[in-house]
Amino acid sequence: MPAVPLSLIWVVPALPLLGFLVNGTLALARPGAKRAVSIVGVGTLVLAFAAAALAVVEFGAHATAPLVFRYWDWIPAAELQVPFALQLDQLSAVMILIVTGVGALIHVFSVGYMHDDAGYARFFAYLNLFVFFMLTLVLGASFPVMFVGWEGVGLCSYLLIGFWFNEKINADAGKKAFIVNRIGDFGFLIAMLLIFWRVGSLDFAAVFARAPAAFAPAGALITAITLFLFLGCTGKSAQIPLYTWLPDAMQGPTPVSALIHAATMVTAGVYLVARCGVLFALSPIGSATVAGVGALTALFAATIALKQWDIKRVLAYSTVSQLGYMFVGVGTGAYAAGIFHLATHAFFKALLFLGSGSVIHAMHRAYHATHSHDDAQDMRNMGGLARYLPWTWGLMWIATLAIAGIPPFAGFFSKDEILGAAFAEATVRPAWYVFWALGLGAALLTAFYMTRLMLYTFHGPNRTGDREREHLHEAPWSMTGPLVVLGALTVAGGVLNVPPLFGGGALLERWLEPVTGVASRLSPLVEVPHATEWALVVGAVLVAVLGIAGALRLLRPETLVPARLAPPESGFGRILWKKWYVDELYDAVFVRPIVWLSREVLWKIVDVRIVDGLLVDGTAVVTRALGWIGSRLQTGEVGVYVVGFVVGVLVVLVAALR
Amino acid sequence: MYRQWVLTALIAWPLIAGAGVLLAPTRWAKHLAFVASLIEFGLSVPLWWMFVPEGGVQFMLDAPWIQNWGIHYTVGVDGISLFMVLLTTFLVPLSVLGSYNYITTRERGFYSLLLVLTSGMIGVFVSLDLFLFYVMWELMLIPMYFIIGVWGGERRLYAAIKFFIYTFFGSLLMLAAILVLVHVVGQRTGVYSFAYSHLVSHIGGLGSLAFWLFGAFALAFAIKVPMFPFHTWLPDAHVEAPTAGSVILAGILLKMGTYGFLRFAVPLFPAVALHPAVQQIVVLLALIGIVYGGLVAMVQPDFKKLIAYSSVAHLGFVMLGIWALTLQSVQGALMVMINHGISTGALFFLVGMLYERRHSRLIDAFGGIARVVPMFAAVLTIVSLSSIGLPATNGFVGEFLVLLGVFRSYPLAALIAATGVIIAAMYLLPALQRVIYNPLDKPANEKLPDLSLREIAVLVPLIACILWIGVYPQPILRRIEPASRQFIQTVRLNAAAFAATR
Repeated sequence: MPAVPLSLIWVVPALPLLGFLVNGTLALARPGAKRAVSIVGVGTLVLAFAAAALAVVEFGAHATAPLVFRYWDWIPAAELQVPFALQLDQLSAVMILIVTGVGALIHVFSVGYMHDDAGYARFFAYLNLFVFFMLTLVLGASFPVMFVGWEGVGLCSYLLIGFWFNEKINADAGKKAFIVNRIGDFGFLIAMLLIFWRVGSLDFAAVFARAPAAFAPAGALITAITLFLFLGCTGKSAQIPLYTWLPDAMQGPTPVSALIHAATMVTAGVYLVARCGVLFALSPIGSATVAGVGALTALFAATIALKQWDIKRVLAYSTVSQLGYMFVGVGTGAYAAGIFHLATHAFFKALLFLGSGSVIHAMHRAYHATHSHDDAQDMRNMGGLARYLPWTWGLMWIATLAIAGIPPFAGFFSKDEILGAAFAEATVRPAWYVFWALGLGAALLTAFYMTRLMLYTFHGPNRTGDREREHLHEAPWSMTGPLVVLGALTVAGGVLNVPPLFGGGALLERWLEPVTGVASRLSPLVEVPHATEWALVVGAVLVAVLGIAGALRLLRPETLVPARLAPPESGFGRILWKKWYVDELYDAVFVRPIVWLSREVLWKIVDVRIVDGLLVDGTAVVTRALGWIGSRLQTGEVGVYVVGFVVGVLVVLVAALR
Repeated sequence: MYRQWVLTALIAWPLIAGAGVLLAPTRWAKHLAFVASLIEFGLSVPLWWMFVPEGGVQFMLDAPWIQNWGIHYTVGVDGISLFMVLLTTFLVPLSVLGSYNYITTRERGFYSLLLVLTSGMIGVFVSLDLFLFYVMWELMLIPMYFIIGVWGGERRLYAAIKFFIYTFFGSLLMLAAILVLVHVVGQRTGVYSFAYSHLVSHIGGLGSLAFWLFGAFALAFAIKVPMFPFHTWLPDAHVEAPTAGSVILAGILLKMGTYGFLRFAVPLFPAVALHPAVQQIVVLLALIGIVYGGLVAMVQPDFKKLIAYSSVAHLGFVMLGIWALTLQSVQGALMVMINHGISTGALFFLVGMLYERRHSRLIDAFGGIARVVPMFAAVLTIVSLSSIGLPATNGFVGEFLVLLGVFRSYPLAALIAATGVIIAAMYLLPALQRVIYNPLDKPANEKLPDLSLREIAVLVPLIACILWIGVYPQPILRRIEPASRQFIQTVRLNAAAFAATR
């Protein structure tokens, strides 16, 4: 077979874009054409995955250096040249495979999940558009092109969170996601300004090649750039302080949560740090901030996950927490470990979300059949579902063991590598001991809250309701099928990067070396003795086992009562359940004061009273008053005029004589 | 032939057609006006290809008018005015088409005034004689006054008079400044001429007078832009004006202010414009415009007022870009001028369409209507996204260039201006949500008709531009780059020369 030219890489993003155009047109013109929509929506994704796989194989066989393809001059303005260019290298190769691969599975799942929805065509149009922007994000060869994808995925996230837009809570959540992300995008934008100002280019190749010479290591400029970039990451990848939108984003349909808010979009920040490894390697403060915020977020979000009842919210906080791990990885300079966890997380978290989707689907149908209005996502209404959804139950347990870090599942290897790298770094930079400890603590909580989720959902007595129970059953194979594939990836995904410690070849690490090499040379990873590594591994597994065993021992699913009968939370549990009141805090400190200032001060006082009332209308009043005085002078009485004339003459004479 | 006469034809044709509309039967008025404006657009289209980016001022026609006073009829375009002319000829047919159902009384008067207005607007952008410029400036003021005052909303008279007096006040000062400038330059050179080329090449030796003259020009233009604190006529005028009036007002008339700075106030008095105190004031007012305009927009209950205040914010970017005097910032400023015309024009059309259906512009009169009018909702979403500068729409290109360019001259200002991207999302997205999303809880909205074919015809060209400029702005950037370079050079050179002769 003749080799396919790699310049056809544009086909990969173009396919979902085509899908969007067709499905978008169908959504407006023929919303009922579900068959055509499914074929286009899923077909373009499967083809895109095939094209991406072909391109990656071809690339792996023939090239090691990044390939940049310029398609047209996008923004040329004097020395600023931003071509619309895509870049295929080892890092973007991994990303496009995850995006199109996991994306295709989730598209297949959606065919079943969204089947009865009136907005079916619109849903697939948005989903296709999302994949297009995500591919632009990871394939863009410059900051501005990446920014197109960066804001584009934010847009799709907004549209899909608020997909059922006639409910205010959904529309609010979408809006919140967009605005919070815009705060992050502001950081991205400022970073671009700074980079262009110093380097004179925004192309990745040029910026990274010139960075070591252009920026003083650990200087203020490079630190500012990395911090602004990371502000962008905290928005997109839901880290402290901008994570608050992600849990609310669960208002979107569950496949959206799986694809956008777990597997792909939210990992864009991790990708950005890995992509800009050279810059972060030059700034110790920048990289420490990344790792520190990541570690803190990992633990913080995990504490909230302990007390959530909505099955998707538990997974949402779990995602925030796992993203924190990835940032610990890339912040430590262990880019391969960060990307590895990104990949395995994409598998097991997509599986968990789709599994929860399958649960919600069953619950929803049961409640629908009996016209009940109970919450289909509240775990207090579930229980004992293993009997009704055996496949989902089994597969979700696999994912739970993976995320908890139990060998040999995928999550064990990737999480272990991150914690190992953090511990090793701590031998040089002691701050990392704290990050490592936070990460280990988060691992304990992760194992605990995931076991809690499984116990409450699938074990113990069923609390759905006597009549509803009969309607609970496994979803069709179009939905369970993707789960099985993801389950296989969750079991075997670890082989991507089995470290030498276990006799593996660290495939992913070696594959990514051409991309991460420069950064690693600037800021080399620290090695620790094998004995220490083994101790760390054993310790981490023990912590995971402790978390699971603790949950099994402490939690009593049989004591739960259905949500509507449940007593309100109290004590410390209430604080966790209320998410440490962070939303309330932001609302009181930022949102309401800004709105109040704008409405009551800037608009009603400054604009209406002062500028318009006092200055503008005031001028009119004064003018009219002057005119009135002038008109009074014109009395028609000759005597007055004569007096005025004489006075005038005298004044002129006096003035002239002086 | 075409090269020499096209600009004159662009000025004259709407006047002739306007007279024709007045004479024809009422029921033909809108169709005649539409055809006339399409012809006008057709006349202008070859400019796009025949324009030579490196060619400086082109399509010149220079004829003596009142020779004793040194007044000429001089018209021509360069890269700065080209797109203002094209934007005008592009928006007018859409405005006519968009008014088909909106204007139901005195149609002949309305459409002929709209055409006269077109002549005035083209005239402003192509005049290269300061007297002619002044005449055109006033010519466009009068039809707009009537359009707001006769076909406007409830408080139309207040708004129209405010608009008129405010603008007229500025332009009278400008007239005085023009006369003084011609006189002083005449005294020094022996040539009394209103010609732009003459004045701009002999601007030295004004001494402190330059401050006063610049002040008069700047005030006239700042009112038009409008810059804080001269902006309060705008929300009133927009709210009261009929749709076409708002579209033209935002799309074209505001650009006359920034165009005035680019063409006259800055190149004629560069030393003043670059004086540190003046720089600080302008940058500060522009930033206030961006932040304050955005925040006030956020709390407006009236959709049209929201867009009006958002214009204050957008035009703040233009002013920043002009003053930063870097190639990216000036090109960016020109792009924002073009983009704002397209996106804000489209927003006003959309709000007008809502008004035609519900006779309300209040955001809270709607809610959840995406379900009944999906096409309208899709268009409103796209246009809103372009207005908040989403990459791959036109809005991003301009703001990005402005920020890149401004950062080199005023880094702190660029940082503050960049918060405008957050604020923009804060005022437009909640409004979008309250109009098309949320529960469909008002019975009056349940039967709204979706876009008609005529309305689609109005919106499609605008959306095409939004996406085209967002993805492939290069043809425009290429055409405005030499003129922007020229502008920066003239200003820097003249500022130096001015300093030397003072």
